[in-house]
Amino acid sequence: MHGKLTAFDYLMSQIEKPDNVPALLLLTLAAFYIWHSWRRSKINDSRSTPVEAEMADKVQVWPYLVRVEFLTSIVVLIILTVWAITINAPLEEPANPALTPNPSKAPWYFLGLQELLVYFDPWIAGVMLPTLIIMGLIAIPYIDINPKGNGYYTIKERPFAQATFAFGFLVLWVVLIVMGTFFRGPGWNIFTPWEAWDPHRVVPLNNVDLPALVGVPTLNVDNTYNPLSIMIGAALILIFYSIGYFVWKKKQGTPFFKALGPIRYGVTAFLTLSMTGVVIKILLRLLLNVKYVLATPFFNI
Amino acid sequence: MALQRPDIEKIRKNVAQNEIWKSVFRHGYQDNQRNRALMVLDNVFLHLHPVRVARHGANIGYTWGMGGITFLLFIILTVTGVILMFYYRPVAEYAFDDMKYLMNDVAYGPFIRNMHRWAAHGMVITVMLHMFRVFLTGSYKPPRQFNWAIGVVLLLLTFLLSFTGYLLPWDQLAIWAVTVGTNMARATPLLGHEGPFGPQLGLKSNNDIRFVLLGGTTVGAATLLRFYVLHCIFLPIVAAVFMAVHFWRIRKDGGISGPKVESKEMKKARDVVKTMQIKRTDLLGGDDINGNGDPGTDPDSPNGTDPTNGTPHSPETRP
Repeated sequence: MHGKLTAFDYLMSQIEKPDNVPALLLLTLAAFYIWHSWRRSKINDSRSTPVEAEMADKVQVWPYLVRVEFLTSIVVLIILTVWAITINAPLEEPANPALTPNPSKAPWYFLGLQELLVYFDPWIAGVMLPTLIIMGLIAIPYIDINPKGNGYYTIKERPFAQATFAFGFLVLWVVLIVMGTFFRGPGWNIFTPWEAWDPHRVVPLNNVDLPALVGVPTLNVDNTYNPLSIMIGAALILIFYSIGYFVWKKKQGTPFFKALGPIRYGVTAFLTLSMTGVVIKILLRLLLNVKYVLATPFFNI
Repeated sequence: MALQRPDIEKIRKNVAQNEIWKSVFRHGYQDNQRNRALMVLDNVFLHLHPVRVARHGANIGYTWGMGGITFLLFIILTVTGVILMFYYRPVAEYAFDDMKYLMNDVAYGPFIRNMHRWAAHGMVITVMLHMFRVFLTGSYKPPRQFNWAIGVVLLLLTFLLSFTGYLLPWDQLAIWAVTVGTNMARATPLLGHEGPFGPQLGLKSNNDIRFVLLGGTTVGAATLLRFYVLHCIFLPIVAAVFMAVHFWRIRKDGGISGPKVESKEMKKARDVVKTMQIKRTDLLGGDDINGNGDPGTDPDSPNGTDPTNGTPHSPETRP
């Protein structure tokens, strides 16, 4: 047993890291529940009244609800007890501010945001996006004026809402967490989970700003910022967000947009476009090695 | 001497029919509707519930039970957290040694700590899934908009509780994870010394928002104490207050969400009205006074059934 470590050994070493277990659990549960809710939605969408409407008759909480809670509590306690007996919470070497581990990772539930640091500056990935997520989530009930689908599973009656939220939660949250947890190694380089972490790996990347791709360099020869580059970058972002304005111009007469009103529509369009923008920026980086769309002396996007 | 069989009935009577027992338990265990209602109403813990609930509200396929599990995990965390506090001092010199002591020498120390850790991570997962379910069933829609907002705050508080607790073991994993996390605060626009317009406003590493958060320019002894107090006192109290509002609002907003269904009485009343209207229509020679359009000329309903309101027009009675 002194041979080389196999891919399977590396994979297991990743999975067995105590703090990686919850990330895997989230992935599994999210996959299960998206399947489960998909199935329930399909059943409801093929009927005239949702299943839940036929279960609206009242039952007594004692015993019909209390027994479910009681059994659930027992199951949760058993799972937790087994988990606590079999896997020890990690305790590494004492804190040493002089010794930075490579990679330094945030707790697993923030690794989606840390993963976004590859594509955005910290003020966007670490501050603006979390703020937008929280504010956007709070705004949801006030911008969604569709009265249908209240209290039962359905996709047909609210396809936009369901698709947007599922995409945001599953892809931009869960998948990015899994990416940051299992696919990032030293130097925040991409490593597959079944591969050895090589701390000396150097990935040559020649990231350029988007205006430079069309021949407008970000910096002048004297290292000052090129105003033309700033103008192109700012124009691109303005054009992107003005999609919302043009859609409004075209559709504002329709009954739905009239009911929505300009404020609700504006917030919805801004949030949706921002979410799409995150995806576009990720793709720009991965496909074209774009560093910034807009680079200024004060901030970069 | 032969053992006499104990008289169960007599023992039960002696136990349950005296003043002490009756002062604690107000009623017996008869299986009838009234007693079932009293079981919920007379119990301080159970009276969080209504007496009756829609059948789908007790269906785990509908609710996933995630909100309740989150609350259960919060209780487990409170209990194990208090035990952990007996063995832990939030001082840079002692914290890690206390952890070693807990993990190596305290009876059931690792078990209590593991319970606390995995319940915390479990709570982060269940709170997310709870939100996912509430979204998928559209349960944030009126009248529950505000309770959704409370829930978002609780999600944030769960993250903060978990994150502040992550630092307390005071090992390499803890200090560097929190360093990576709190480094983001440097970049806060207008408030961080590396954020947009931060330097222009005169912010440095020792006077910006991150400095306030950490109590220093790096994650150090002051940060440990700060996070400990936030983790053990401030955040749990705030979370408990928001949870109280959250649960209260569930009841006030009409209980567990569900499709709008007419009560049996309402449905019966509506059917009576409809039947009367049909009779009037027939008496008037088929003129549609309900304003539903003439089903007879509707190409989509050849048998004369009005598809718009589902009222059974019998073809025989039509002229």
